[in-house]
Amino acid sequence: MALNIESGKTRACPAGLIFDIKHYAVHDGPGIRTTVFFKGCPLHCHWCHNPESISPDRELMLMPNRCARCGDCVRACQYQALAQKEDGEVVADRSRCTLCGDCERACQREAISLVGREMSLEDIVAEVEKDRIFYDQSGGGVTLTGGEPLFQPELAEALIDRLHQAGIKVALDTSGYAPAEVFLRLARKSDLILYDLKVMAESQHKKYTGVSNRLILRNLKALDKLGRPIWIRFPFIPGVNDGQENLKAIADFLLELKSVKMINVLPYHKGGVEKFHRLDRDDEFEIFEPPSQALIDSVLNYFKERGLVAKQGG
Amino acid sequence: MNERIKKLRENSLEAKPAVSSERARIVTDAYRRPEIERASIPVQRALVFKDLMEKKAIFIEDGELIVGERGPAHKATPTYPEVCCHSLSDLEILNSRPKTSYAVDEETLQLYQDEIIPFWRGRSLRDRLLAAMTPEWKDAYEAGIFTEFMEQRTPGHTVLGDKIYTKGLLDIKKDIEESLARLDFYNDPEALDRKEELEAMSIAADGLMIYASRYAELARSLAAEEKSPQRKKELEKIAEVCDWVPAHAPRDFWEALQYYWFVHVGVTTEYNTWDSFNPGRLDQHLYPFYKKGLDEGSLTRDGAKELLEAFWVKFNNQPAPPKVGVTAEESGTYTDFALINVGGLKPDGSDGANELSYLILDVIEEMRILQPSSMVQMSAKNPDSLLLRALKIVRTGFGQPSIFNSEAIVQELMRQGKTVEDARQGGSSGCVEAGAFGHEAYILTGYFNLPKVLEITLNNGVDPRTGKKIGLETGGPRNFGSFEELISAFGKQLKHFIDIKIRGNNVIEKLYATYLPAPFLSLFIDDCVGKGKDYHDGGARYNTRYIQGVGLGTITDMLASLKYNVFDQKIVTLDELLRALGQNFKGYERLRDRLLNKTPKFGNDDDYADELARRVFDLYFGLIDGRPTVCGGKYRINLLPTTVHVYFGKVTGATPDGRLAGEPVSEGISPVQGMDRKGPTAVIKSEGKLDHIKTGGTLLNQKFTPQLLADDEGLEKLKDLIRSYFKLMGHHIQFNVVTAETLREAQKHPEKYRDLIVRVAGYSDYFVDCAKELQDEIIRRTEHQAL
Repeated sequence: MALNIESGKTRACPAGLIFDIKHYAVHDGPGIRTTVFFKGCPLHCHWCHNPESISPDRELMLMPNRCARCGDCVRACQYQALAQKEDGEVVADRSRCTLCGDCERACQREAISLVGREMSLEDIVAEVEKDRIFYDQSGGGVTLTGGEPLFQPELAEALIDRLHQAGIKVALDTSGYAPAEVFLRLARKSDLILYDLKVMAESQHKKYTGVSNRLILRNLKALDKLGRPIWIRFPFIPGVNDGQENLKAIADFLLELKSVKMINVLPYHKGGVEKFHRLDRDDEFEIFEPPSQALIDSVLNYFKERGLVAKQGG
Repeated sequence: MNERIKKLRENSLEAKPAVSSERARIVTDAYRRPEIERASIPVQRALVFKDLMEKKAIFIEDGELIVGERGPAHKATPTYPEVCCHSLSDLEILNSRPKTSYAVDEETLQLYQDEIIPFWRGRSLRDRLLAAMTPEWKDAYEAGIFTEFMEQRTPGHTVLGDKIYTKGLLDIKKDIEESLARLDFYNDPEALDRKEELEAMSIAADGLMIYASRYAELARSLAAEEKSPQRKKELEKIAEVCDWVPAHAPRDFWEALQYYWFVHVGVTTEYNTWDSFNPGRLDQHLYPFYKKGLDEGSLTRDGAKELLEAFWVKFNNQPAPPKVGVTAEESGTYTDFALINVGGLKPDGSDGANELSYLILDVIEEMRILQPSSMVQMSAKNPDSLLLRALKIVRTGFGQPSIFNSEAIVQELMRQGKTVEDARQGGSSGCVEAGAFGHEAYILTGYFNLPKVLEITLNNGVDPRTGKKIGLETGGPRNFGSFEELISAFGKQLKHFIDIKIRGNNVIEKLYATYLPAPFLSLFIDDCVGKGKDYHDGGARYNTRYIQGVGLGTITDMLASLKYNVFDQKIVTLDELLRALGQNFKGYERLRDRLLNKTPKFGNDDDYADELARRVFDLYFGLIDGRPTVCGGKYRINLLPTTVHVYFGKVTGATPDGRLAGEPVSEGISPVQGMDRKGPTAVIKSEGKLDHIKTGGTLLNQKFTPQLLADDEGLEKLKDLIRSYFKLMGHHIQFNVVTAETLREAQKHPEKYRDLIVRVAGYSDYFVDCAKELQDEIIRRTEHQAL
């Protein structure tokens, strides 16, 4: 389903909700890349390091470390959705917030913002085309990630088409959790697919991500037949998916496939933890212990021993 | 690194800089001798030089292979009273200041008091220079609009080409004879001057040959007493080398290095030239000797490396001559900017990288010392492997080598009128300055404070720091009805101060040509011998004078803020903004937040701001480029700061971009510290919008976290980032690979970080030796992290 941000408004070209565009992304595919972050994800992983990517709507984010505690945002809000505690810290009553953006405009320190910006295809293309010279030099390109780019398939597809017309290579970074038809149509158009594999046991997958992995595994098998290069992304969360059984199941599964070029082991880090708080959503996520390098190495070695190309990071 | 080099390196690192009075004494005594007093000025200078070479102390340290030094001991630094006669209080400051100090002993103070000061006061070039400047010049200088390079040090700023590798001094003396024979005393009104100059050059050549023969004798006498057979053989070899060079062209690798080093000692003894002389394209020059040695079996790769490392140490033994006052502020470092070039193109346009290029990079990595500084020239024709090898050194985090674009250098030099071959044999020296090595005098004349000129424009010609009117009345802020009117007023103000600077420069150029010719240096830079003209008098084939623009990032952000907040969005009136600046934003904190956070900034690939950088660039270029200099050269621009961005910041009040009064302005062409928020590709895109080819060098600093470069893939991507910048015709880029956290720790516990080397401007320095403001500034430069 495509998100309709401002219902009733018709558009000449697709548009959607993007929560970030990062340049000089060097861990999301080959070469120097620009990463387009689509907002909205059907999964809800407990360790998510981009928790602001999950909701398909814009949302208020507070950054207390940037806040001058001046109260400008509180005064700017017409809906009494913001207040200051005694020490000046700004707190939000999200039920009152209409996402009008007055607070963001009033703040001079970018300490309060609405995550997610409605961008047209043209906006996005203009922004990512700026770095074309780097893609050409390095064999890089654009990576569509999120959230889940397949959650806004019209925009994602139009973007892939446009970038290809411009001669820019595209990688699709996906959880694979999308209707097979949509998924395969977009995957066929992508130059590289970065595909997440988290937990193989269905019950565990459900527990930690909120959804079953049957569709994901089925899509991966179908994807493999397309012959597009695949890099498997394995977010490595100690205590969740580092069990021997899980590692073995992943290796067994991948060794059956022909198009998997590599498995990227992405060690858990606490980069997202601060954001849980900024979104007032601490209770929805868990904090894990980042794995030691020795542990990471043992996982890498296991995959290598099984005959996979394994690499730390992307 | 073998034991010998380890020891030489340690001795160099441990030696403490001190002022040596030896040179001042010999020079002053020489000037009192009747035969010198009576001679023409060039001959006088040559005789003084010869006296120095005959009389200065010589020594050979145990284990040394390359011999000769400027002072009587490592880091014993001479003074040049005929250029700048230090006062007793100058000497006391040098002795006691916390950073870049030089020990001064009682004997030196006494000698200065009794002999040096009475003789040179009023006669030194500095005294003549300051007396000759106009009141407008003095006002602008004191306000910190510009600095003056030549008030304490002589022009210098040139690099040796390939001449010495095919010609000994006896050959050059023959060339002098031929030039003398060609003089036309009937038709050339300058023939007499040329004769004096040529004779002076010949005497100076004798001076260096005498110096070398003294070393040959010393080596022989040490060999005679030496117990160790190995060292005895080495000393005998040293004697043999010094018997041959510099009188004759070198026959092998060792002689080539020793010849260069004797010339280096000669140049740095003749004067305290800016941007210490250097051998330039070392891999090109030495390669034939290296190849021949390997082919004949007289040299091994390890042997060549040891000699190179012995050569490297010598540079480190010679800190910059002591600087005081504004000169110390603009260049607060012991580094003296000898910049070894590796890679680049051959004169025929083919790939110039060779085996020695990689060997030299090994040496740079192993030695890890401040001097000499090093750089890699990257042409599209050079292999990626050369750049990757260099980046592996960059990754270790001592700021060397810096990376330059050969294509940009060649185009810059050709735009200035050099032949394509001369351009390809050129490179960069000092920090980032492009030059035709061996053929050009490309002299930096002073830094120019662009943000300060805009500050004065906003105050209708008055410097708000002093309340003194030093500029033009171009209209009060209320008169600026549009941004264009403001820019136009700025352009007038800029012209006013550039004119003042150039008028001063022209007087100074004449003073040096008249009173302080450099016959020794002139021996080596073509076409001084051919023309019978001194290096200081337009003798070089190409003569260029630079005025180095500073604070491009800051002035761009100032203008972007004025355009955006005052004229386009009308968020604040100019009056109110000026009041806020006057209060250093006290009571205007919210406004300052807006200026910092919600205003377009240079370095983010945002045309709104970047276009203004281009406009400032074009104005500055248009007012300087192509203007004639007194001795037949041309004025050009470049954009680099050394440490002057800290000083220029100190004299500049709060600025419309949200910068507080006294904070450093931006350095080189880098974005304002911390304001480049969209990562390195955006910085490079912004910088690529400038027309580097119209400059003689631009300096871009980038800071990366070590993590981003930890693996080979990270290095590959950095390589591609640099290659992309060079496709956009960027001139130069350099990196600090160190975390802000480490730097903060080092600031708190300097004793634990004595060896932490960071990139400052076009050179590296020990972090703990940098002034506090400079340390803060380096920490604030945005650190690009893994995304």
